[in-house]
Amino acid sequence: MRQYFKNIYEAIATILVGMGVTWRHLFTRAVTVQYPHVKRELPERSRMQLFVEMDDCIGCMACQRACPVDCIDIKTVRAGKEEDLGETSNGQKKRLHVVQFNIDMGKCCYCSDCVFPCPTGAIRMTPEYEFTTYDRSSLLFKFATYTPEQISELQERERKEKEAQAAARAAKLKAAEEAKKAAAKNDETKSE
Amino acid sequence: MKKSNIPESQFELQVPESLKTEEMTISMGPQHPSTHGVLQVILKTDGEIINSAKPQIGYLHRCFEKHAENITWHQVIPFTDRLDYIASMNNNLGYVIGIERMMNLEVNERAEHLRVVVSELNRIASHLIALGTYGLDIGAFTPFLYVFRDREKILDLFEEISGARLLYNYIWVGGVAYDAPEGWREKVLEFCDYFEPKIKEYNDILTYNKIFIERTANVGVIPAEVGISYGVSGPSLRGSGVNFDLRKDDPYSIYDRFDFNVVVGKGEMGTVGDTWDRYWVRVDEMVESVKIIRQALENLPEGDAKETVPRNIKVPAGEYYMRTETPRGELGFYIISDGSKMPNRVKVRSPAFCNLSVLQAIAPGVMIADLVAIIGSLDIVLGEVDR
Amino acid sequence: MEPLFQFFNNLFPFISDWPEWLAHTVVGVVTVLLLFGFVALFALFAIWLERKISAHMQDRLGPMEVGGWHGWAQPIADAIKLLVKEDIIPAMADRTLFKLAPVIVFTAALAGFAVLPWSQDFIPADLNVGLLYILSVSSFAVIGLLMGGWASNNKWSLYGAMRAASQMISYEIPVALALLAVIMNAGTMSMRHLVIAQSGNILDWNVFNFFPLTAVAFFIYFVASLAEVNRTPFDLPEGESELVGGFHTEYSSMRFAFFFLGEYANMYIVSAIATTVFLGGWLAPFEALNFIPGPIWFVGKAMTLVFIQMWLRWTLPRLRVDQLMYTCWKVLTPFSFAIILLIGLWKVL
Repeated sequence: MRQYFKNIYEAIATILVGMGVTWRHLFTRAVTVQYPHVKRELPERSRMQLFVEMDDCIGCMACQRACPVDCIDIKTVRAGKEEDLGETSNGQKKRLHVVQFNIDMGKCCYCSDCVFPCPTGAIRMTPEYEFTTYDRSSLLFKFATYTPEQISELQERERKEKEAQAAARAAKLKAAEEAKKAAAKNDETKSE
Repeated sequence: MKKSNIPESQFELQVPESLKTEEMTISMGPQHPSTHGVLQVILKTDGEIINSAKPQIGYLHRCFEKHAENITWHQVIPFTDRLDYIASMNNNLGYVIGIERMMNLEVNERAEHLRVVVSELNRIASHLIALGTYGLDIGAFTPFLYVFRDREKILDLFEEISGARLLYNYIWVGGVAYDAPEGWREKVLEFCDYFEPKIKEYNDILTYNKIFIERTANVGVIPAEVGISYGVSGPSLRGSGVNFDLRKDDPYSIYDRFDFNVVVGKGEMGTVGDTWDRYWVRVDEMVESVKIIRQALENLPEGDAKETVPRNIKVPAGEYYMRTETPRGELGFYIISDGSKMPNRVKVRSPAFCNLSVLQAIAPGVMIADLVAIIGSLDIVLGEVDR
Repeated sequence: MEPLFQFFNNLFPFISDWPEWLAHTVVGVVTVLLLFGFVALFALFAIWLERKISAHMQDRLGPMEVGGWHGWAQPIADAIKLLVKEDIIPAMADRTLFKLAPVIVFTAALAGFAVLPWSQDFIPADLNVGLLYILSVSSFAVIGLLMGGWASNNKWSLYGAMRAASQMISYEIPVALALLAVIMNAGTMSMRHLVIAQSGNILDWNVFNFFPLTAVAFFIYFVASLAEVNRTPFDLPEGESELVGGFHTEYSSMRFAFFFLGEYANMYIVSAIATTVFLGGWLAPFEALNFIPGPIWFVGKAMTLVFIQMWLRWTLPRLRVDQLMYTCWKVLTPFSFAIILLIGLWKVL
């Protein structure tokens, strides 16, 4: 019987305590911010959208290898011998045309593993977070500035260069072989 | 199993054949508000009383273990984030320490301290969610938002140190990804000061509320031996009065240096091991975590936490089982290496999975509302159950 | 009809020149439209209020965008959304019952408004058993809930409906007994006369009469009425964390809106009954405040109780089924019996 009344008393008392808490909160300031009107400033380390400074990219593909979900897709073309692509901001010489640098932010898992291996600090995470779209394909960010014509031209040149190199190598080999043959012939004639 | 007092034979006689009752099978979930994700429980009920409850899992299976076999040692770390996505730091820590022990790698002091601080902060954040969603399961909505308000402050701290709010990828083999920014230590201490009085507020509005006690005390009692035999661990086991905490019993990182208590359930409001005890263990553990954070920050050495992080990892061939205490219990990584740059096998011993398995043993005889309370008190995260 | 006719006659003297049948019809239709308009407006306002109160109690702001000032137009936008949404009826549902259920719930709620005394003169129907009538029609709603839960052909809905039926029928008893304690004293069941019997100042109100007996009766009535209208901590029939959505799991669009409207109308009705019976209806607490018109006092007092209902909802967890029954049969009912007994003794002595 005592327990019965004690229970009723406790129920009412604790409910009143709880109501006191909510009553106090009725008059405290809200902790939320009105998002599109007020924007919180994010810390500089915030890992949101990926950004690539193409002037600094040397096309080493370290980020592509580091990515656990394969969201980075890089294609490079070797620069010509007398071509000068300039230097990166930390003084490394660029030897490759980075003709394609695609990041599919729809696949990205925001781990920032690609940022650390970059030797020139070209790829980095930015605090920019408002890049939602209605179309999934527009989450594919293309950082390379080469036009398709330029790319095909460069690739054509690379192919030709490679062919030329291969031809040169073949010619060299042939020449070497011929020289060998000639030498052998010479030897033969000498021995005769 | 509870049964009505009417003898069965008499019951049979009284009910005409056309009105005979039978068990109702209900599928609770995967789209149910209080299954904490995509758990499905097949219930067999007799009115409100549950005769059997069978958890069905696999709706969130993401092949973590198979993934881990096809990516490098380091690339696995972001995937461990996604196991128990509300205590990512603790998951990082378990996997990373496993690799470090296989490689015999020394971690510098500052990094060790930072690791402890972030994983204890994450423990608080995780327990806060457990508290809030538990209130939600019982029907109280407001505490849920109070705990989210405070968890948000922890996430702000994490955002500052690691750049991410949920999936941190912060603890790396050999150290941590970033050193703490300037002023971070003071901010954490400030948070500790802010947070301790808030626990009283949670207690006022939820813990000691008579309705809450009535709903949780004496419900879903896990006796200690049942808990142990089902492999329950973490706060769910400690709620049953078993003093088992890997931070004390099998210390990793630098946990052996700190002074803290292992909280165990005492059956204050009902029986030892009921849902209220499990809930209370979490509340009290947050206080202990604040203690650990204070001690770790007090002795935080100067220096650079990043310096020992190696670039390319090759783990010597061998096997290792690393277990750590996450907010949900014993998280084990069983790692097999063949000496290459990818793991040969990573098996996860998931605490939430083992904790969930005890549901079948304690569910029969309770009411539907109690089942919700029990699932909530086990604090499962389906990302970890299904992996 | 007489006081109502008098009321309109005072406002518009020309209607007494009309033939009686016409005048009475016009008065009746206008009153119904007024009440319906009030219910709709009240529901919109209460929804907005509930969202704002809950938000501020939880350190949030709630709706802020629609309509400009503190999102006042949000419930209107929600209502429009609900009205134009696709109407989904589950394939295996009992279509007739499924469609009928929300109508019954709403009708029951609206019917209760017929006997609420807004002021000395404005009372749509001054029945001599007004209190009995209102108790009867408001428990009519349970048929609608049961119907909806059954017709949905969903197990969760069925659970919700069964809980609703058992809960609402059980809690009728403490509600009726608590009111009986006052009726015994006043000796009337007419809503109007109940209020008139309380005239004077605040201490003549029934809640302070026989202090503390009627105050306890008021408390019992208030708690039991929470269960009557399925509000926390007795919101088991819909308890979303257990039963997904309870009896309205399968309802959407306009039919759901009707359930919702019925729920809020019921909230107002139980508060209005408490106001009438315990808190002096349209009467001002002090003579000096008599210049404020009666309807404002009446709505104000009822809104205060509605606010307390909301306040409780955003503070408390939910009871379990057996605890719900325990509270009803082992706490509220015995206490109300005791109060009736004590008031009876008091009267006799």
